Amino acid sequence: MPKLELQAVRKSFGDLQVLRGVDLTVAEGELVCLIGSSGSGKSTLLRTVNLLTPIDDGAILLDGTDISLPDQDPRPIREQIGIVFQSYNLFPHMTALDNVLLAPRRVHREPDSSLLPRARELFVRFGLGDHMHHWPDQLSGGQQQRVAIVRALAMNPGIMLFDEITSALDPELVGEVLGVLAQLKRDGMTMLIATHELSFAAEVADKVCFLHAGVILEEGRPREIFENPKEVRTRSFLERVR
Amino acid sequence: MSENGAGKQLSRLEYERKARRRSLIIAGLSTTAVVGALVVLVPLAPGWPAVKNSFFNWEIFVRTSPTLLRTFLLDVAIFAWCAPLIAIWALVIAVFRDTRSPALFPFRLFAIIYTDIFRGVPVILVVYLVGFGIPGLGLPRPWNSPYLWGSVALILTYAAYVAEIYRSGIESIHVSQRNAALSLGLSQSDVMRYVVLPQALRRVLPANMNMLIALQKDVALLSFIGPVEIFRQAGVFKSLLANFTPYVVAAVIFLAVTVPATRFADTLISRQNRRRS
Repeated sequence: MPKLELQAVRKSFGDLQVLRGVDLTVAEGELVCLIGSSGSGKSTLLRTVNLLTPIDDGAILLDGTDISLPDQDPRPIREQIGIVFQSYNLFPHMTALDNVLLAPRRVHREPDSSLLPRARELFVRFGLGDHMHHWPDQLSGGQQQRVAIVRALAMNPGIMLFDEITSALDPELVGEVLGVLAQLKRDGMTMLIATHELSFAAEVADKVCFLHAGVILEEGRPREIFENPKEVRTRSFLERVR
Repeated sequence: MSENGAGKQLSRLEYERKARRRSLIIAGLSTTAVVGALVVLVPLAPGWPAVKNSFFNWEIFVRTSPTLLRTFLLDVAIFAWCAPLIAIWALVIAVFRDTRSPALFPFRLFAIIYTDIFRGVPVILVVYLVGFGIPGLGLPRPWNSPYLWGSVALILTYAAYVAEIYRSGIESIHVSQRNAALSLGLSQSDVMRYVVLPQALRRVLPANMNMLIALQKDVALLSFIGPVEIFRQAGVFKSLLANFTPYVVAAVIFLAVTVPATRFADTLISRQNRRRS
């Protein structure tokens, strides 16, 4: 059973059809990269999985259970799905540590005795040991984005979604954030990543999906997609971004 | 080369110092000219001796100041218990107004009607209606106090304005902050309490400082329903001495409080701007 499965997912905003029947599976421990031009629906797709955007039709199965039904409480589902956004979205009025502690404290009611050592370990693991007590505006973009990743990981999610998390970063900071993703992959995290970093996708992805005009036009191993794309549109997209 | 550079630097500094001195001198001269003109010209007006005697009578100023200062403490006290209650009640209204759940719609509706009414009626009318109307119901002793109902009138009115300030702060927090918090599994109320409100309240602090300054002045409106605070006391002196100087004294006392408060608010604003940039 796949960790995450999207079946014929449709979403329109008014007359604009953003997702027009997306089928996608992510297996346990798999790293799937979503590629495609801006406006192809990558962000919307991730936001539907996190239930920030309700879908119009289709199904989203997490561990085999449909989470897209409109009548369920989204909170216990969101706890299992971590998401990191392009613009970090750290809470600016809290230190890095408090950003990370808020949800485990409030949602899991986890006592500080077990939570604090766990949080500290996460900070250290991602090279942020010296920055726990800093405010977001004292951190570089790359550091902020890594704190955002730690914040999501602190909830022990079963799957992580990444929405173009390096697009807002200065080029020299991209590497440190992509490094975190590679590290997570080694730890066996299941990940769905919308990205423009094609060389990163080619290197670490188990599967690459090319999203075009609201459907997944082509998917396969990175080598198949990048070196031998079957679809004309995939080919022209790759030519344009390379 | 380097000597030449040092020489240039020196002449630049010299030039800047001269320019600074020049602008100081100009500002000093023009201020002296304007103030001098006022001091010379105003006393030339035909009614000046009468105005001077009835508004700026030094002897009366000295005589009435201690009593007026004492009654001003009542204004300060009323202000001191109203301000925190306004802050709390306004927050309740603002949060009601922002509720999305249909079950809570009555609260939302109440908040909308409440702010419409209390922002739409002059403060003095609310002071009259609440301050005379409610004790008029024949309530027993501590409950018919004009202090109590006058304060209630101020709280009701000011909370409507402050609630709108809070609401503008709440709405100024970008939706991505809410989404980030929701995506971590936080409940709507936790999102409000831990993520939106702390940022919103900080952001509207300067606007609320202005409301505090306005409140400090509007406390004087309670004089219309009984309490002998500074404005009322100044009125008593005016009738007693047939002179308006006590009002000027009251104005000076108000300024002594509101001007530093305004400067403090400005400092807060600039500190906040510095922190953000």
